[in-house]
Amino acid sequence: MALLVRISVLLVLILSSASVAGQARDVYQFDSPEKVQRFQALSAELRCPKCQNQNIAGSNAPISKDMREEVHRMMSGGASDEEITNALVSRFGEFVRYKPEVDSRTILLWATPVLVVLIGLVIVALTVRRSGRAYTSGDALTDEERARAFRLLNDSDNRDHSSR
Amino acid sequence: MKRVLMFLPMVLVIAVGVILFAGIGKDPSRLESALIGKPVPSFSLTDLRQPEQQLGPELFQGQVSLLNVWGTWCPACRDEHDDLLWLAREKGVRIVGLNYKDNREGALKWLSDLGDPYAINVYDPRGSLGFDLGVYGAPETYFIDAEGIVRYRHVGVINEKVWDAEFQPLMEQYGGSS
Repeated sequence: MALLVRISVLLVLILSSASVAGQARDVYQFDSPEKVQRFQALSAELRCPKCQNQNIAGSNAPISKDMREEVHRMMSGGASDEEITNALVSRFGEFVRYKPEVDSRTILLWATPVLVVLIGLVIVALTVRRSGRAYTSGDALTDEERARAFRLLNDSDNRDHSSR
Repeated sequence: MKRVLMFLPMVLVIAVGVILFAGIGKDPSRLESALIGKPVPSFSLTDLRQPEQQLGPELFQGQVSLLNVWGTWCPACRDEHDDLLWLAREKGVRIVGLNYKDNREGALKWLSDLGDPYAINVYDPRGSLGFDLGVYGAPETYFIDAEGIVRYRHVGVINEKVWDAEFQPLMEQYGGSS
């Protein structure tokens, strides 16, 4: 019984500490739920420069905290998403953008999926056309060959019968 | 036509190989600063040694400087400290310190214990100038020309090898003292 109590006390402690840890980050106050959503969307789209692949919403690095504070501060000052992103990119570089701008350096990145689909379509079209051509060309066999084919088929029929 | 297609996989493999090989040895955690070619952001912070003294970006006018971001909480800064002393004393390099997210007493004690390689130190306890510079982890060292334009950033410890490979050529290009 004592053990059970101890375990349940431990469980309660663990669970409550987890919920505190989850809430520790959400200390930013906004006056409307839309702003809360904007903040969450923005901080999910900005990459922490210290971490290799983590957004600033999910990172505990001090720099991510600074960046979240800056996002909050600029948002409270009425800045648009674009202004906030540009302000951070001008400090930390394109690295912090999870969605890079379309420009001469990133055009290949954006265009690759489209290019791959187009190449795939071309290959499919060529393959279909080639196999279609093989079917429609009527003279696949000459008369002589056809006669030989019939002979062979009849032969195997006979053999089947005889073996039975 | 068929023959050409047969070579396509090989060509692809070689292309991918070349691209991947080019990436070997590159450290993805080192980012180029977004401030290259731009002036040092404006700031108004106090001198570490003289709290009543206001410092601004005019600090970098007139001569080539290194801007070294450091803090007593940063173990790698301890590592490079002797190399900074060597640079300041042997090479005559002007090093401006940015004491980043630190406290004044601790920083002054550090300098009196370990020696002071800095011509002057900007005290940035909240990391505001650090943030505007795009500092994402100390130590970082910026090369700033005599017009106050950021020319280069090195992330990580500075030592003789890094100096010779990365900073010495800049010194020659921008007319530093060494």
